[in-house]
Amino acid sequence: MTGAPTLAVWKFASCDGCQLTLLDCEDELLAIADRVDIAHFTEASSRSQPGPYDVSLVEGSVTTAADAERIRRVRAMSRTLVTIGACASAGGVQALRNFADVREFASVVYARPDYISALATSTPVAAHVDVDFELRGCPVDRRQLLEVLTALLAGRKPNIPAHSVCFECKQRAVVCVAVARGTPCLGPVTHAGCGALCPAHQRGCYGCFGPAETPNAGAQAGLLRAAGLSEADVLRAYRTFNAGAPAFIELSRVTDGPPPGSGPRDLPERGDQGD
Amino acid sequence: MHPRGDSVPQPPGDPVVVDADALAALFLALGGRGYTVVGPTVRDGAIVLAELASAAELPFGWGAETGAGRYRLRERSDTAAFGHSAGPQSWKSVLHPARARLWSADRAAGRVTAGEAAAPPRYALLGVRPCDMRAIGILDQVLTGGRQADPVYRGRRDGAFVVAVECTEPGATCFCASMGCGPGVESGFDLAMTELADAAGHRFVVRAGTPAGADVLADVPSRAADEAVIRRAGAAVDEAASRMGRGMPADGLADLLAGSRESPHWDDVAARCLTCGNCTMVCPTCFCTTTEDVTDLSGEHAERWRVWDSCYSLDFSYLHGGSVRTSGQSRYRQWISHKLSTWHDQFGSSGCVGCGRCIAWCPAGIDITQEVAALAGLRDAEKAAQEKAAQQKGQER
Ligand code: SF4
Ligand code: SF4
Ligand code: SF4
Ligand code: SF4
Repeated sequence: MTGAPTLAVWKFASCDGCQLTLLDCEDELLAIADRVDIAHFTEASSRSQPGPYDVSLVEGSVTTAADAERIRRVRAMSRTLVTIGACASAGGVQALRNFADVREFASVVYARPDYISALATSTPVAAHVDVDFELRGCPVDRRQLLEVLTALLAGRKPNIPAHSVCFECKQRAVVCVAVARGTPCLGPVTHAGCGALCPAHQRGCYGCFGPAETPNAGAQAGLLRAAGLSEADVLRAYRTFNAGAPAFIELSRVTDGPPPGSGPRDLPERGDQGD
Repeated sequence: MHPRGDSVPQPPGDPVVVDADALAALFLALGGRGYTVVGPTVRDGAIVLAELASAAELPFGWGAETGAGRYRLRERSDTAAFGHSAGPQSWKSVLHPARARLWSADRAAGRVTAGEAAAPPRYALLGVRPCDMRAIGILDQVLTGGRQADPVYRGRRDGAFVVAVECTEPGATCFCASMGCGPGVESGFDLAMTELADAAGHRFVVRAGTPAGADVLADVPSRAADEAVIRRAGAAVDEAASRMGRGMPADGLADLLAGSRESPHWDDVAARCLTCGNCTMVCPTCFCTTTEDVTDLSGEHAERWRVWDSCYSLDFSYLHGGSVRTSGQSRYRQWISHKLSTWHDQFGSSGCVGCGRCIAWCPAGIDITQEVAALAGLRDAEKAAQEKAAQQKGQER
């Protein structure tokens, strides 16, 4: 590689929040600009250099036939392709259309629905091209984004654990809102990365980072139901920014399960173990 | 400043009575000796462990109700400050912190710097309950008992001043008595206190376990403890033993787990287990960590950090080509088998002290004592069936 590696940032169907997270790295942005040649990043600068690029960050999902073509061109121009955020990695909140009729939506929302040319589904980038790394979150976490960029520059594996948000709660001594308040929390089935942001503010986890590595649908449904959610609420809990993530679709199909503390099925003499 | 092992003789010094008001003097005495006091305080709906600036931050009048997967603060009818069973943290958070820097390196300077800050922080651990005293003893064995002592733990542990509080208020999820870890405490502390909050006033019966403890105690206003108050304190602790909400079968746990590797019970528990890792994180003896190598954007500076890990993460058992324990079955089995069985092989004791944290703070309310009961039941049923079959075979002959 001669000279600084080139970086391109692309936008597909998205809210720009993940790109803003990159711009929000104020202190580090100069250091990034020092180390890489930001060749294409229209949110930050109108200057654009032609490809190929060493690294492409892709925000947004694929929702139009034109974008399905464009993502192939981006892939062809990029040595390494990293998706940033729930849209690019799981289809985003706009993947709710995957469970409904997009033409019906368009007819309600737009005065001239015939002007709209959209695919029936919103799909993640990986449904179209090979992706080297998917960074989760809605939006992505600043520290994690820097970690991925730094790791790419150093040629090492990024430290992005795939375990539950619960790990992060305990690592930063956040009191569990499910146990101490009975608040519905998606943390046990959600991919870490936010640093347990919501539980740290006494809110349940909303699942912004999508499914953790091995979610247990039944146990999580039991937990949510015991916290007062109806079966319909359980389904809706998964129908947000990561609605299109296959594991969340699986989870949304299981709306009931063993309540917390229900204990072993095969307990010899129940009732002699305290309360 | 703490005794290692159980052989340190108690220095002479009779128990004394310290009024609750005089806890302020204890804080001053500890602060004056350079200790940062860590103790219980109310935060975000639980009694947590935090650095305390004054005795006023202690959870006077607060208790906790615990159950499987459930914890609620509750107001007490008295002013007791230590009348609560285990919260979501243990002293592991202080002595074996969730994140610790192992070393850092600078390319330009060609220098590698080891460890934490030059001088490890000196903590006074205030309100260490007997189960947690035992847990610290286990961590001592795990982290400093081998050929290579863990430098982060050793630094913090060697500098620590331990104020134990005997247990007079066990919770519904407690079973330390059946693990032989409480509710009284005999050794390992600098000071040990038993709290009494009744019609006769809010006071502590305090004894020193080390010269350092006696030195601190000398700075705290106190009076000699008479027979009656000593008896009263002893009775409160004895009574606690009979009020534990749960119990663990005394013997044969190691063999039970070792013999249960193929038990059908793992399917049952895996249906309920979220593999969320909370049980290992709250357990006062779980010590597992992973390492993270981080670099800065310039590539000139690198650091290695140690971070709490858990046998519930896939990365934990990742070997070349994949993770060894992918199923929930195998991960729950690893946790309970290590705590109750293989810990004996590895460290010569149980890895469980009966604090009940893993029961209360498991969002799914999985209860280690119930899972043991289920495993034992299945083993006994299988044994009975085998005996019956053997008998029948004998009769046929
Ligand atoms: S608050 Fe939620 S994410 Fe945190 S430990 Fe509890 S269940 Fe897990
Ligand atoms: S296994 Fe559970 S009860 Fe035993 S020491 Fe650990 S957290 Fe406490
Ligand atoms: S139970 Fe798991 S996390 Fe705890 S010490 Fe054993 S292997 Fe480590
Ligand atoms: S036993 Fe409970 S706390 Fe432990 S991993 Fe399973 S669900 Fe989580």
